[in-house]
Amino acid sequence: MKRLFPILSAITAALLAYALYQALVVAPTDAQQGDVYRIIYYHVPSAWTAFLLFFINFIASIQYLASGKDSSRRAAKWIVIAVGVLGVVVTFLPQVKAQLVSTGMRPSAMATTVLCIPAFYFLVGWLFPGDRLDVLALTTAEVGVVFCTIVLVTGPIWAKPVWGIWWAPGDIRLTSTLVLWLIYVSYLILRRFSNSAQTQMLAAALAVFGALDVPLVYFSIWFFRTQHPQPVIGGGGSMDPRMLHTLLISWMAFLCFAFLVCWSRFRLELLHREVEAVHAMKSLVGKDRVPVGTSLPLSRRPQ
Amino acid sequence: MSLWSVTLATLKKDIRLEWRSKDALNSMLFFSLLVVVIFMFSFDPLAEESRHIVGGLVWVGFLFAAVMALNQTWARELRNQVLDAYRVSPAPATALFLAKALGNFIFVSVLEALMTPLFVIFYNLRVLGPAWQLIPVAVLGTWALVVNGTFFAAISLRTRSREIMLPLLLFPISIPAVVSMVAATTSILTGEDSAHFYIVLLLTYDVVFTTACLALFEKILHAE
Repeated sequence: MKRLFPILSAITAALLAYALYQALVVAPTDAQQGDVYRIIYYHVPSAWTAFLLFFINFIASIQYLASGKDSSRRAAKWIVIAVGVLGVVVTFLPQVKAQLVSTGMRPSAMATTVLCIPAFYFLVGWLFPGDRLDVLALTTAEVGVVFCTIVLVTGPIWAKPVWGIWWAPGDIRLTSTLVLWLIYVSYLILRRFSNSAQTQMLAAALAVFGALDVPLVYFSIWFFRTQHPQPVIGGGGSMDPRMLHTLLISWMAFLCFAFLVCWSRFRLELLHREVEAVHAMKSLVGKDRVPVGTSLPLSRRPQ
Repeated sequence: MSLWSVTLATLKKDIRLEWRSKDALNSMLFFSLLVVVIFMFSFDPLAEESRHIVGGLVWVGFLFAAVMALNQTWARELRNQVLDAYRVSPAPATALFLAKALGNFIFVSVLEALMTPLFVIFYNLRVLGPAWQLIPVAVLGTWALVVNGTFFAAISLRTRSREIMLPLLLFPISIPAVVSMVAATTSILTGEDSAHFYIVLLLTYDVVFTTACLALFEKILHAE
């Protein structure tokens, strides 16, 4: 696995360079906005990456909360399966289907998105057993906050020349993203301020609360007129195929970059915890008696 | 021991403690009085304008004041290891949470009942919309603040500098509730829009987060 890291780094660097070239040179200039619009090749992929990372954080937190007892694990499993099945069935109900088609979304695409929830849930639970779930949640939250910050910074830079204002206070997407960012910053602050063995459980609970909050934020601003451009992908928008192509390449580059950062942060956190465990062990049994290379099994959950 | 008997016993104990000491209520009352006065000096609005901004002022004032009561909820149980005794007792954790949340609800409601006349006097308020709708908004809004506040107070109890942690955790999560409360209050005061949407949204918020708190509180109480 370690040998893969430099290879992946090289691929990511190449992809990022290619995406930059595509965004600045190849992609056509927008008919109305001029060259300013090119910032979307950073703005939109960052947003998608941040939301994906927060979603993984939510899944990992639920897995972590459910992993304590067998009964809660089974309950969580069935709830997730039920969500997946219900989501697919609801999407193909005649009324919902008509509603979706009228807003320009394909029901099959919607159903696939819903199916991602159980798929991610089982994938994450299988790949990251025990305490690694918590490390994953921490990693994705940190990297997600970075990408979300990029979104919140590039948005106003674009909005000033196009809308004439830096920030539209009543806008639904802007405000939801800002609140999401606030929630995850408070999540990181909680992790920073609480350095006991309880932190992981508390943080997981907070992550679940944050995820429950986001749809409510969305609806609480529902009544305001939204200023953000409608999504151009899947929303029936008219986007030049070359622009779409550049956008997708950008997204792939950003995903690779995020994966790379998450990976190295994940390894760093594992090492950090191992060092802490050895220190704890040393102070328990005395300095001399710890054999070299001793470490506590990281998969053991705190009782 | 049933859920309700434990809840009632804990609630009675909390109310008796508060009745004798009046720690939380006095500090909340004086704090929100200060908020009213400072806002009055900083905005100095006409009656017409104040109808548009007072919804925000009232709820921000109550939110800040409620944090004082919420901070004392669990800190009170740390003395003499009462919280540890709760942990080892067979009483259900949800009963303890419900009692604390109900207690805070009562304290904040008393605060609101005492402070609302002051807001009316200082800002020359006259309600143009259906005034009775302010009651469901107040009840649902207070519960929205208090139920999450009690939960996050239990979380921040386990951190360093816990008094600072509570607002940092509570305010981001409370944003949709605050937006709904303020929007509902403003639309009732001005009589321009219907507040139904926001009342339903507040109700949804309450149901979602009460369920989440009750489901997760045992994990938080026993987290080691």
